[in-house]
Amino acid sequence: MNQRQSGRRLPVGQLVLRYALLLAVFALMVGPFLWQLSTSLKGPTEDIYSYPPKLLPGDPTLDNYAKVADLIPVWDFALNSLKVATANVLTNCAGAALAGYALARVRFRGRKAALVVFVMAMLVPVESIIIAQFMTMRELQLNNTLVGVVLPACIGAMNVLLMRNAFANLPYEVEEAAYVDGANAWQRFWRIALPSVKGTLAVVAIFAFMGAWDDFLWPLIVLSDQSNFTLTIGLNYLHGTFAHDQRLVAAGTIIAVLPLIVMFACLQRFFFRGVGEGAVKG
Amino acid sequence: MSRRIRTHLPSSRRIRTHLPSSPWLFLGPGLLIVGGFSLYPFVSTVINSFTDKRTLIDGQYVGGANYQELVHDDMFWTGLRNSVLYVLGAVPLLVILPLLLALLVQRHLPGITFFRSAFYTPVVASVVVVGLIWVWMLDDRGLVNSVLGALGLGTVSFLSDQWLLLLSAMLVTVWKGLGYYMIIYLAALANVPRELHEACAVDGAGAVRRFFTVTVPAVRSTMVLVAALSSVNAFKVFSEVYLLAGPGGGPGGADTTLVMLVQQVGTGLSGRVGYASALSVVVFVITLGLMLLVLRANRREDA
Repeated sequence: MNQRQSGRRLPVGQLVLRYALLLAVFALMVGPFLWQLSTSLKGPTEDIYSYPPKLLPGDPTLDNYAKVADLIPVWDFALNSLKVATANVLTNCAGAALAGYALARVRFRGRKAALVVFVMAMLVPVESIIIAQFMTMRELQLNNTLVGVVLPACIGAMNVLLMRNAFANLPYEVEEAAYVDGANAWQRFWRIALPSVKGTLAVVAIFAFMGAWDDFLWPLIVLSDQSNFTLTIGLNYLHGTFAHDQRLVAAGTIIAVLPLIVMFACLQRFFFRGVGEGAVKG
Repeated sequence: MSRRIRTHLPSSRRIRTHLPSSPWLFLGPGLLIVGGFSLYPFVSTVINSFTDKRTLIDGQYVGGANYQELVHDDMFWTGLRNSVLYVLGAVPLLVILPLLLALLVQRHLPGITFFRSAFYTPVVASVVVVGLIWVWMLDDRGLVNSVLGALGLGTVSFLSDQWLLLLSAMLVTVWKGLGYYMIIYLAALANVPRELHEACAVDGAGAVRRFFTVTVPAVRSTMVLVAALSSVNAFKVFSEVYLLAGPGGGPGGADTTLVMLVQQVGTGLSGRVGYASALSVVVFVITLGLMLLVLRANRREDA
């Protein structure tokens, strides 16, 4: 992309056309979010169905947010989502880094077989094993718990393979020097290799957070009690019960999406890097 | 690769650098989770598909009865039809539109990073958020219909007609996926040598010609990757249709997709685990088939 920067300049006409197109696509991609935000800020007396549509609320109010919190324990749901997402980040980072390091850097019998296990697991779509996972959770008595929500994906095969590639791409010489000094596998992992793959680790962390925060199908199946609902399941419930009040549903969706948009704004480059590295992800 | 760069260490020395147990301590948690929650459920799905197991009742071996039932189950065919239609409808758009979008944001114009990020926003949002946003947009009295009304096109009931529902859900999937595939294409476009475009331009080829003679061949393998990823995801669609059409899958269940059927049949206290497992096996086989099909089509063109 960089060599393009210095390329020939665009004629003015083309430049105008390009920005017009960019703005049109912008309206299409971001507009619906803004419309939702606007709806959530409109008071009960303001007509949300008016034509022409009013993007700016006449008398912006946070009443709908307070009302959502009265009707459903939306902050508890948010806390549950936060717990699930945080746990998912920690387990994925630790588990994937450890396994990835062993696969990339430690020589032992059975390494190929272990690699095959992770590759095979990656090929099994979650949707096709979800009923069996639910039965397993029932047997473990973890259905309807947050642990049950996190457990199946708490170390993703894809993340293990990502970490393996990151470790395999490090130059070997430094670690070899550590070998000679008598460092054991753990010391080489913790002191030398891990600090060099922070970028990939950040990618794993972000996608683990986003994956858990946004997940819908699995929590929908495994959670039945409202007290354990995550935000996505709570929103689905809100939509099912108070569908007639668009202002409330809008407020709920904004609560669910805002943390991720803020996170994305701060950590963009890792999000984009993750797309490149994880493009094989199903 | 770098592993190959061996040094002069005697091999006996290398072996002693770790205890025989340590690699397994490193791999243990990962293997346990992946084995216990991906591979074991897969095997048990296949086994259960030959039983009449229910959520609360252990099943008996029933041979291929579930698969026979499936062939005669109208809901199965409805689900299969909808999931296949979803692939046919969403995948071409997801292969082409993000490429055009990537071309639009490829040049480093002032503010382009802002636009790239903005186009990525729907990817970051949960599918539930995205689904509910569009439920409101496409409502009979929502924004889209008030614009259509103003243009004199009348009210379109996007969310009550069977086919319009499916179409709307597809467009929501496309809308949410555009930014993701755009980033994949951007990476591929960065590797297209600029000279090719320039040589082509010197020969008098217009933008459209250059798109087909330079850009498309150069990113063809990426297009195949995007086709594979998006077709697998489209076939497994659940959330978009569930949110737009409701848990029952639209009027009379006519919009139910295959994965929705798995969820409807297999969950709850009276869930028919055996039958849902047979449905799951079908989902797995077709997903794998789609992946192989697309990859093979690619190889044949290369040859």
